[in-house]
Amino acid sequence: MSTTTLPPTKKDAPVSAPAGRTSDRARSERKLGWLLAGPAFLVMLAVTAYPILQAAYDSLFSYRLTDPDNRSFNGLGNYTVILTDRLWWTSLGVTLLITVITVLVELVLGFALAMVMAKMLRAIRPVVRAAILIPYAVITVVSAFAWQFAFDIDTGFVNSWFTWLPGVSADTDWFGDQGTSLLVVCLAEIWKTTPFISLLLLAGLAQVPEVLQEAAQVDGATWWQRLWKVTLPNMKAAIMVALLFRTLDAFRVFDSIFVMTNGANNTESVSFLAYRQTISRLEIGLGSAVSVLLFLCVVLLATLFIKGFKVDLASARGEG
Amino acid sequence: MPNAPGRSGSRGRAPAPLLAVGRSRRRGTAGAAALLVAAGTLAACGGDSGGPPTLSWYTNPDNGGQKEIAARCSEASGGAYTISTSVLPNAAAGQREQLIRRLAAEDSSIDLMSLDPPFVPEFAEAGFLAPVPEDVAERTTDGVVQGAIDGATWNDELVAVPFWANTQILWYRKSVAETAGLDMSQPVTWDQVVQAAQDQDVLIGAQGARAESLTVWLNGLIESAGGSIIEENADKPEDIVLGLDTEAGQRAAEVMRAVAESGQVGAAFSTADENAGATGFESDQGGFTVNYPFIWTQAQGKVADGVLDQSVIDDYDAAVWPRVDADTPPAPPLGGIDLGIGAFSENVDLAFEAAECIRSEENQAFYFTNSGNPASLASVFDDPEVLEAFPQAPVIRESLELAAPRPQTPYYSEITGGVQRMYHPPASVGDETGAEATEFIGAVLRGDELL
Repeated sequence: MSTTTLPPTKKDAPVSAPAGRTSDRARSERKLGWLLAGPAFLVMLAVTAYPILQAAYDSLFSYRLTDPDNRSFNGLGNYTVILTDRLWWTSLGVTLLITVITVLVELVLGFALAMVMAKMLRAIRPVVRAAILIPYAVITVVSAFAWQFAFDIDTGFVNSWFTWLPGVSADTDWFGDQGTSLLVVCLAEIWKTTPFISLLLLAGLAQVPEVLQEAAQVDGATWWQRLWKVTLPNMKAAIMVALLFRTLDAFRVFDSIFVMTNGANNTESVSFLAYRQTISRLEIGLGSAVSVLLFLCVVLLATLFIKGFKVDLASARGEG
Repeated sequence: MPNAPGRSGSRGRAPAPLLAVGRSRRRGTAGAAALLVAAGTLAACGGDSGGPPTLSWYTNPDNGGQKEIAARCSEASGGAYTISTSVLPNAAAGQREQLIRRLAAEDSSIDLMSLDPPFVPEFAEAGFLAPVPEDVAERTTDGVVQGAIDGATWNDELVAVPFWANTQILWYRKSVAETAGLDMSQPVTWDQVVQAAQDQDVLIGAQGARAESLTVWLNGLIESAGGSIIEENADKPEDIVLGLDTEAGQRAAEVMRAVAESGQVGAAFSTADENAGATGFESDQGGFTVNYPFIWTQAQGKVADGVLDQSVIDDYDAAVWPRVDADTPPAPPLGGIDLGIGAFSENVDLAFEAAECIRSEENQAFYFTNSGNPASLASVFDDPEVLEAFPQAPVIRESLELAAPRPQTPYYSEITGGVQRMYHPPASVGDETGAEATEFIGAVLRGDELL
């Protein structure tokens, strides 16, 4: 059985105005559009573009917040220090590991939850949806504390309840080494953000035409075949958008690490590294350079997704 | 997928008057909310309302003792000022971060701040502290233990007002020491404590977590061994000479590793802080802990709440910090809080007046007995009420006289961050740690490495 998707809808060219000319109505609509979107655009520039540009500028200086008089131009010196430091590469590795593990697990779990919500009886669907969404409504710091307390050797219940699992005993120190610390960080992230992915996937599931499912069923396709050949191909855009959003989000992981390990046992992420240089050490120049590199990593990831996997954000929003 | 025009259209055709009423109500509610917020904001800024000025005191978290002192001083001022308190984050590092960021922006709302002594040089060097007038300096250092004065001094000038002075002592269970044959009336060494804990299979509480408390422990060990984390201080960070790779540094590392590998520190030593030490000491396996005096008031509170048996605290006793070497007196950790006056405050004179009230003998005695935080005024230790509430007061006073401060430098965050990175977990500390830490912290201070 081959993959089945609906043919793309034909997009007609606008017929309201001859090519090369803009009608008065189109011009006034465009003007209205700018008037409506302009203030938001200016606010976005002020709160995003300005800090990014300022950070890029600061990253070229040796600048300590408590010693502004000795600020000096350092060129790309801060970037050289960072890119030749083992700590940067360790932190980048930890960040990528957390990103890959959490996003993959969340994708599978999120899809399963989306299927449950989609197939649920209409009467109890809102209740189930709300129940699934609760973790996403919890503030990340609060969730991190909850998971830390759960796994803490003194206050936690995990060491009492899960001794039947291999490797878990009353004396298991979850935050005592890198592997177990990262495991708890990943679990906390997965618990909190799976609902986000499942909601995006639920929207994608709703876009799969029922007529294709019925046709496949008539042709004798099994549930598994329908899932692989009909459902998934038709919601590719939604999956890729969910992956993109979550990957970018996961790459900036900070709160759970800050609360649970404070970076001990090589659990620092790139965001945490930026925090330590900028906020703890007050080295604004060096910290800004780490932030700029973090920003470039995020841009690279977004570009890879959009160009490499050909994610169509418009189609995922139902505008295609 | 195309939009469903029917649905959006039906929404768009909703009866206009209903929508209008809804919008109008929403607008009304939003307007009222905005007015309330604006009124609240204006009220919060109400320093110019004609009444007495309100001084903002940023305090470290405690059991409410500083808030009570603020109320007492507000009343005692006879209407000259009112002190309002704002609580800073739990961790000392978090307190520094919040204060320093506000002060870097020249925040005039910071009148008084509770400062951890190691951060005093950084604040002073950056010009964030108002200069202490000579007469205030004289009055607020008279009768104060030397360690507390040193902690509030930078470049030979008093830059903050000493408030309370903390120190770690060796808490022990009388029954354990007796069975182990330790004569606690005489100085004991770390080796003896480890041996006794192993013989009796009880816990030793120390601070192995990657936090400021780890630097506190290491600094106490090095100072007790006759060395210092900073051997030669300097204005330029790259010229600072560290004493981690010295004989004293090696000896401190040996003790740290011996404790961590004694098998008597609990399963989670690499995340153990002062609170974990206190909890372990309260448990059936409690034996020894190097900790602050707060654990006494904390345990008493638990007895009052019925969650700890009276017999447990009847078994508590305290001695001066263990010696690293039998023939050298210890240099226990020195902590406490100094009162810094914000350089950008609009009420500097009143803030100094308030600081003098806050650190008065009466208030220090109250704070000692109420919160378990020892006084910086030596006379408070002779107060009968203090002696009754804190039978360990003479030990604490002796410890304060022996105590050594942490390194005093504006680059303390680099020093402590580097120590925490290199000496954590304590079980991993080896003969080469001192040399590696010296190289790493040196590189960080030169700006050649990330922290």
